[in-house]
Amino acid sequence: MAHFTKATSMHDWLNQRLGIDTLNRVLATEYWIPKNINFLWAMGMILAITFGMLLISGIFLLMYYQPNVNLAFDSVNYTIMQEVGYGWLWRHVHGVAASVVFLIIYIHMFTGIYYGSYKKGREMIWISGMLLFVAFSAEAFSGYMLPWGQMSYWAGMVITNLFSMGGLHMDGLVEWIRGDYVPAQAYLNRFFMLHVLLIPLAIIGLIGLHFGALRIPHVNNQDGEEVDFDVEAKKYLAGDKANSKVIRFMNDFLAKDMMVVGIFLILFFYLVFYHYDFAMDPVNFDPANGLKTPTHIYPEWYFLWSYEILRPFSTNVGLIAFAFAQVIFFALPFLDRSPNAVPASRRGLFKIWFWAMLIDMIILTAMGKVPPIEPFGTIGFYAALTFFGLWIALPFITMFEKKV
Amino acid sequence: MKNNSRRGFMGKAFGAVAGVGAVASLYAMKRSWDPLPSVKAAGFTTLDMSQYKENELVVEKWRGKPIFVLKQSKEMLDTEDKNMSEITGKSTGTMDKKRLIKIGDDHFLVCVGLCTHLGCIPGYRPDKKNFLCACHGGMYDDTGMVTKSPPPRGLDIPPFKIDGMKLVLGESSPEYEQMLKDGITLKV
Ligand code: HEM
Ligand code: FES
Repeated sequence: MAHFTKATSMHDWLNQRLGIDTLNRVLATEYWIPKNINFLWAMGMILAITFGMLLISGIFLLMYYQPNVNLAFDSVNYTIMQEVGYGWLWRHVHGVAASVVFLIIYIHMFTGIYYGSYKKGREMIWISGMLLFVAFSAEAFSGYMLPWGQMSYWAGMVITNLFSMGGLHMDGLVEWIRGDYVPAQAYLNRFFMLHVLLIPLAIIGLIGLHFGALRIPHVNNQDGEEVDFDVEAKKYLAGDKANSKVIRFMNDFLAKDMMVVGIFLILFFYLVFYHYDFAMDPVNFDPANGLKTPTHIYPEWYFLWSYEILRPFSTNVGLIAFAFAQVIFFALPFLDRSPNAVPASRRGLFKIWFWAMLIDMIILTAMGKVPPIEPFGTIGFYAALTFFGLWIALPFITMFEKKV
Repeated sequence: MKNNSRRGFMGKAFGAVAGVGAVASLYAMKRSWDPLPSVKAAGFTTLDMSQYKENELVVEKWRGKPIFVLKQSKEMLDTEDKNMSEITGKSTGTMDKKRLIKIGDDHFLVCVGLCTHLGCIPGYRPDKKNFLCACHGGMYDDTGMVTKSPPPRGLDIPPFKIDGMKLVLGESSPEYEQMLKDGITLKV
């Protein structure tokens, strides 16, 4: 039996029961962060905070939203937007955050790619990160169904049809997913459940895994330096803070992190108050109508690159291409054959690969937005081929990379 | 040692019970996602075929899906014959007409109005006598045959039964079975 003494303070009382001092030491004051990192390392914290804002705004939306095909549209566009006090605020925060979170995820991912932060023990960080990306994509898609506007309905129709697997004609599977021949009440209800319960739970669990995966390898740094965290931490604790290569997560590093978060939040709320419209598709302000397709269906901007990979090909090839694009980033730590975990700028051909991939994905995104007419179709087609070409080339160019 | 093997056995026994339970609950979960019987049972639409005008697309509804009804004009039937003989090299093509439903003396295209690519509703252009799908640019001719990819096949034809001048959707008939056999349409 553990030994308890009469507490000398509230802190001591809690400490005897919960070990808060140990917890604080392990999670915060003796969680070591290298000094040589830049603002790009604040993206993870921005993501965590944006997820928090999605959760809070979502809770308030949930109080008035009606998951019913006859009521959903009005419960959002009339009740929440016009009747509920500050209902518009929650909706705009939720919409803008859902869009911005993907911008930050892409920056976070490409930061990881640039600095090689998916190698040498950091593979699980990368894989859990990709799982988060998939979970966020599912979360965004299911949320998009809820206002039950024209874009909700038709995006739902088109995306669930992907599960017929083209030439395999698995229409039964599509109907099973929908619970009906077309998206209808059963469909709206189950996507509502996914959006407000199951996927957020999965995301919270995955964030825990992502943070846990960071614990042993620690974060990378901008010089590709292999820091011996035990040695550096000892130096720091011995009082030689100037020569130690690391600082405490709390309060030292957090102060820097929160500075970047503060700048982000100012920009974020500028968007929420003055430019929320970019996150709201005008077509979705028409109620869902199963007998009329909008003239031009396109997904939200963050799905455009993979949508464009689907589009220029015939159904089966398109689906295979699309499936490939969805999962290939998972394989990055294994397709990159070079042991160098240093910035791309010092990695020869890989530097070109990095920028080519980034630019190619921007081109794919732009081509996904425009209507399927020439010359955009051809540009999109070659951009899609480039995407595959780059992935096929990756193991070869990294295999022959010089050790730095 | 003895103890260990007893624990091992208990572990395995629990594993077996839990395994059965897991499979059973997965089955229950799968069934809960199935379409409800009421959804499955709703599903017959009767169309009065005497009300349609030539080359004018009418959109009906069956199982929540749009149904295209397009009555063919003489001119449309002639072009189909011509196109088909160009493709097949044979004098008169009957292949294309197999996609049409003959009621009285008239020919109709009756099909599910959802693109076979990813399910958008293609738009009919009466002047060009073809369908264009705005989503990814797929095209179909006036019999619902695909003329430009990405759609992999022509527009699907729902199960139908001819009843005088009426057409019942949702019920099969020898004519429909024949279409399935000829590979004109997939079962929907
Ligand atoms: C939206 C959910 C996500 C949250 C809340 C999140 C959070 C974080 C946090 C707090 C860090 C540590 C600070 C930093 O280096 O930025 C981090 C690091 C990292 N994350 Fe994420 N992340 C998310 C998604 C992703 C995704 C989609 C990927 C890519 C597949 C990813 C890959 C990484 C990598 C490689 C690191 C290590 C960076 C380094 O060692 O320098 N994360 N994440
Ligand atoms: S849905 Fe019609 S072309 Fe893709």
